[in-house]
Amino acid sequence: MSTMFRGIRYALTQAFTQVFRNRAMTLASVFSITAMLLILGLFFILAVNVNMMTESAKQQFDTIQIYLLDETTEEQAREIMENLEKMPEVDGTTYVDADQAMVEMKVRWGDNAYLLDTLAENPFPNSIRIKLADLEGSATVVAAAGNLTGVKLPIKDNKDMVQQILGITNAVQTGALVIIVFLVVISVVVVSNTVKLTVLAREREISIMKYVGATNWFIRGPFLAEGMVIGCISALISSGVISFVYYKISELLGLQIIRFTALVPEVFLVKNLVWIFLALGVSIGAVGSIISMRRFLDT
Amino acid sequence: MIEFQNVTKTYGTNVGLQDANIHIDKGDFVFLVGPSGAGKSTFIKLILKEIDADSGKIRVNGIDVTKLSNRGVPKLRRSTGIVFQDFRLLPKKTVFENVAFAMEIVHTSQRTIRRQVPQALSLVGISSKADKYPSELSAGEQQRVAIARAIINNPTVLIADEPTGNLDPDTAWEIMKLLEQINRRGTTIVMVTHAKDIVDRMGKRVVTIDKGHIVRDDREGAYEYDV
Repeated sequence: MSTMFRGIRYALTQAFTQVFRNRAMTLASVFSITAMLLILGLFFILAVNVNMMTESAKQQFDTIQIYLLDETTEEQAREIMENLEKMPEVDGTTYVDADQAMVEMKVRWGDNAYLLDTLAENPFPNSIRIKLADLEGSATVVAAAGNLTGVKLPIKDNKDMVQQILGITNAVQTGALVIIVFLVVISVVVVSNTVKLTVLAREREISIMKYVGATNWFIRGPFLAEGMVIGCISALISSGVISFVYYKISELLGLQIIRFTALVPEVFLVKNLVWIFLALGVSIGAVGSIISMRRFLDT
Repeated sequence: MIEFQNVTKTYGTNVGLQDANIHIDKGDFVFLVGPSGAGKSTFIKLILKEIDADSGKIRVNGIDVTKLSNRGVPKLRRSTGIVFQDFRLLPKKTVFENVAFAMEIVHTSQRTIRRQVPQALSLVGISSKADKYPSELSAGEQQRVAIARAIINNPTVLIADEPTGNLDPDTAWEIMKLLEQINRRGTTIVMVTHAKDIVDRMGKRVVTIDKGHIVRDDREGAYEYDV
């Protein structure tokens, strides 16, 4: 058995003993860090879902409909389509004539479609539906289409809407990031205080260890492991709670007949969250204990 | 082997040790005496590199302490055992665990620990108390545990800082017999003490420190200094 392995085993045994002996303190810091991770998890879920919603919103807004003047013939329309399709920003075009527009509208109105039958004549102009390759290219395509003859102006594009969505996404992501960083810092302070209490309680032991010739890493090991164990326990608890809550929310929304917002699939999110929490919890614990040990090992 | 060459250590304007020269051979038994604040603690702290000398040269067990980096300190301390007046045992560990602790620190295997700790406990005469906690022991017994812990890793030097200071005369004398026995096995012993009767009765080498100076160094000496 190598000394390295023996050292790690010693540190872990000591850490678990300490965690158990200082149940109250351990519980207190596990509680605080779990609370942090829970809030952090909520922001994470929020950010992920907003992200997904904007992605799906982007897809909804990635078509532009341009209306044609009444005198424009179908032949001219085909020409316009050919011109547009040459642009790299355009994914494809479809010609929608007035009759088809009416049919589509009737489908959309469903039971109320009979109201459209009362119209004397078809009010819809012929139009071309442009599918964008990328939402960002919307302005370029609108400008280009406006210059073609036979197109009814102005062209209604979704620029403002898109800008707004992108703005909200950015704000939510930045906000979530700031709050997450803030929470991580607080958690580090909480762990370092807990570990500092154990260090203080074991100051005598540490001084004896030094006299007997223990290396700094040997002394640090158990405290480091203790912080990591605390972080690990907190991570497991908080991912359990978050997963449960998220399943419940999805279930509740799933029961609604109209599911107006699609949530990120539970399994995908939970699986990622557990790893993120574990990584965060363990590093918070490790950094916290190293900070609290520094003063005691300076000499 | 401990050697001090022109060692000086001052604390601000206070002199800890002034131009001290001393040579302690392997297997020596040395009493370090002198009034409080004379520099005895400074002497011991310098050996263990708890503090650094201002000038001069210190060698302990072939290690140049004055040139030793902080990383080398654990190695130095493993070659020197130490016993304190207040025992400094870990209250939440049993006698066995207190001694085993010193071996765990140097990554000794559990099998070796299980073999050697009982030997050490038997040497200091407290085999029957292995599973007791320090609070259940008398002062003399606690000091025996501390000695077992100090010698478990076979140090070449054992430093005892007033080991009998908290003990009644009879118990103190028993501890002295134990230290003498350890010394006979070849371990160098440096003992700081104020106990005149013990120094006189043992008839070992006596080094007297006063106001930071080594004022006497007698082979088979007695405790003599004027306060």
